[in-house]
Amino acid sequence: MKEMLTEGLIYLNINGEVRKTLVRPADTLLFALRERLGLTGAKPGCENGDCGACTVLVDGWPVKSCLMLAVEACDHEITTIEGLNNTPIQREFVEKFAFQCGYCTPGFIMNCQGLINIHPDASDEVINEWLQSNICRCTSYEEITAAVKSALNTVNNDPVS
Amino acid sequence: MSDSYIGKDVIRKEAWDKVSGRAKYNSDYSSPNLLHGVLVCSNCAHGYIKRLDYSQAVNMPGVKKILTGADYSILCGSIIQDRPPLAVGKVRYYGEPVALVIAASEAEASAAAVRVVVEYEKLPTVNSPAEAIQAGAPLVHDYLGDYKHVIPEVYPTPGTNIVHQVKIRKGDMQQGWADSVCVIEGSYLLPQADHIAMETRNARAEVLPDGQIIIHSSSQAPFGIRKQISEHFGVELGKVVVHVPLVGGAYGGKAAVQLEFLAVMASMATGGQPVMISNTREQDIMASPGKIGLEARIKLGADAKGILKAGEYTFLLGTGAYADTGPRMGNSIAMNCTGPYKIDNVWCDTYCLYTNHTYVTSFRGFGHSSLTFAVERSMDKLAAAMNMDPLELRRRNLITPGQTSPSQVMMTPSILGNVPACLDKVAKLINWDKGARIRLDNQRIKAKGLACFWKTSNSPTDAFAAAIISFNSDASINLNVGAVKIGPSTKTTLAQILAEIMQVDINKIHVEMEVNTRTSPHHWKTVASMTTFMVGRAVEEAAYDAIHQILSLAAIVLQCAPGDLHMSPGRVYYKDDPGLYVDLADIVHGYKYPNGHTIGSQIIGRGTYVMSRLSPMNKETGQGKTGPYWTPGAQAVEIELNLADYSYKILRAATVLDAGKVLNPASARGLVMGAMGMGLGLGSREYYIYDQEQTLQNSSLRTYKVLRIGEQPEYLVDWIETPHEASAFGERGLAEHGILGIHAALANALSEAAGVELDQLPVLPELIWQKRKEQQL
Repeated sequence: MKEMLTEGLIYLNINGEVRKTLVRPADTLLFALRERLGLTGAKPGCENGDCGACTVLVDGWPVKSCLMLAVEACDHEITTIEGLNNTPIQREFVEKFAFQCGYCTPGFIMNCQGLINIHPDASDEVINEWLQSNICRCTSYEEITAAVKSALNTVNNDPVS
Repeated sequence: MSDSYIGKDVIRKEAWDKVSGRAKYNSDYSSPNLLHGVLVCSNCAHGYIKRLDYSQAVNMPGVKKILTGADYSILCGSIIQDRPPLAVGKVRYYGEPVALVIAASEAEASAAAVRVVVEYEKLPTVNSPAEAIQAGAPLVHDYLGDYKHVIPEVYPTPGTNIVHQVKIRKGDMQQGWADSVCVIEGSYLLPQADHIAMETRNARAEVLPDGQIIIHSSSQAPFGIRKQISEHFGVELGKVVVHVPLVGGAYGGKAAVQLEFLAVMASMATGGQPVMISNTREQDIMASPGKIGLEARIKLGADAKGILKAGEYTFLLGTGAYADTGPRMGNSIAMNCTGPYKIDNVWCDTYCLYTNHTYVTSFRGFGHSSLTFAVERSMDKLAAAMNMDPLELRRRNLITPGQTSPSQVMMTPSILGNVPACLDKVAKLINWDKGARIRLDNQRIKAKGLACFWKTSNSPTDAFAAAIISFNSDASINLNVGAVKIGPSTKTTLAQILAEIMQVDINKIHVEMEVNTRTSPHHWKTVASMTTFMVGRAVEEAAYDAIHQILSLAAIVLQCAPGDLHMSPGRVYYKDDPGLYVDLADIVHGYKYPNGHTIGSQIIGRGTYVMSRLSPMNKETGQGKTGPYWTPGAQAVEIELNLADYSYKILRAATVLDAGKVLNPASARGLVMGAMGMGLGLGSREYYIYDQEQTLQNSSLRTYKVLRIGEQPEYLVDWIETPHEASAFGERGLAEHGILGIHAALANALSEAAGVELDQLPVLPELIWQKRKEQQL
């Protein structure tokens, strides 16, 4: 973590690029992404770590960006939904109708992407345990489960994709 | 065209925007010159504001202005104008906005907001609808008689907490009771709850130097905002422009106009600067409107065969501190009070009552999910009293064409659909014949419950929709409607309708997702599961209008009559010789002859639709027709109850809906399953918890529990497709309906398993324990 007492410049490694931005010590990573860097894919849903709509990957692990200070994110690799490009999990979310309003979707997809990276052989229990940190109010979750299982399947059968 | 778009699982047009983070919602906008407003909310449920001191806050860094109820003396409301945007004189619920801090950043506004000091002189509170109707109850509104009525059909009783009442008087009650050999009574309690749209409500406004007011909101009712803002701020309607981009969930909660008033006030107070107000989750739950509370009493009488002879219904609807659409939901409940059953003798009194709780607005089902709970628990009680199979009792009483609704609408297959077919199909899906209650071992019981429901809309009788389609020179089509894009794939379904009629490739239809009240054609509101019907009809008409123009122009080019021609994908051809044709691209921006002479120009189709033959409910009898057709259905839930601790698992949940022609089955299935999930959440855990001071105890997602992944049952969905003849391709609305009977079916299953009457929501294990203890079980 960078030490900061007042507003100051930080450098964040986001989606493979180094981005420079001005933050206050109290600014969350979510705030910096959305308000300072224009990466509005991560959404505020509760700003209390309860809903997962703001989930991003930090060094490959899903993190609720409303619970991490922007300064804590220095020296880590951050991946946001904008950093995914036609990945299996995105395709499966589309194919399986795994969203309706779409607001929780970036957070869900990032959590799923983390799961796929870290537990490519995830069991149903592991899938549920991971995804319970996110709330979707539109779908029944059945579609999201189907999408993540299908994406895991794709990745396991064709690791290059 | 060989491939029809109707009945196909067409993927949402905006799907890739949504999975790539590119989809823009209202709060995704930011700008360095945007000011931020933060609400100061009441921590007192009912009390006079004795002191409101913002002297410390106003000098905090970045603060531009602090507004209180003293700054703008307006009262708003879509039915009766009873609500100041910021409390004036007294507060009426915990969470009510009392001040608004406007600052250069949200952080600065928040820091200042906690320095605003408000002291209250507490007043006695009204804690429930039942308390509200008691003689001598504290009054939530002292001047109820002075409020302006926005619609004529609202009937408050000044000097009480009754803001509206509605009656159903049908048949002869004395005869009905005389014909009954079995009479049951039940009382039901459904507390208030919350929508929990993942995108909290937010709005920003800017007042331009020439007086125009530009609003951007996360709303289901952009045209409603425009009307109310225009009226309350005395600005010509056309000078108010409301933009609504994609909306992150609404479920009825974004049909109310609330933050928009505050954003406009804030912009006016800061010289017209743009100001954004975005609810925190806590404010979204406690300060913005939630779901109605309902206390119901139902008395049913049946003859020896179980045929319903009389139904008496009393509904006390808790609208919270302000009316908003509460009165209309009272009408909605009364109009369909019997559920989808034929009863000739009906007596219903519905009261819409003020309490000192968060005020309410429309919620998925518009009162029908609460109504259905009370009706369907009553049906199970009657079945038990008559020692009859609950399925058989329902079968014998379901309403069919040729019979009339409580508000005396004559049913036809088109208006009603086929309720018995829904019930039979759902009984098969859940294997009802395999037993409603199975003891698995000495600790666990498996049980099933049923529910039937119906719903029509309660719309203004002049509600209408419109559509504009315009051709691009590549023969692609822009579709522009005033419906908001929320969760349902409405705009994709409208494109399916358009593609089917115009025989064009759906990929050549570009749907405008944002609504702009200045450029989008009017649409009443994106509510009531009515959008595909209303806007679909307008799109249909716009398509035929464009086809007429295209064929007329092509007829000149091909030297024949328009009737000799046929539309096909990409071209118009001569029916007798398909080799004779003109490409659409050569005609939709006019046809240019080799010598340069040109005939025709851009093809623009227009369509409108106003619902026909609707009438408001009669004040004394309730007679009237407030919706064009019903969507009925039947549901079932299977649970496993553990008698050791009364915890339970929801194993399976089934819905069969008569949705008319299902235009996009995958999307429709998703909506029905999602609605079931929401209903099971309300049935099993979701409600507002108030303490003795009427302080809301669970205003965060850590304490207000919703269903999470892995807690959902196996979902079963199927359809009956009785066409609604007046709809495009015969569809019926379906976006709300999965919620309507599902918690009734859940409570029926749990009552069956536990051997006690579970007549309130949510059904927590504690409730089962308590009821069994009362029964000494």
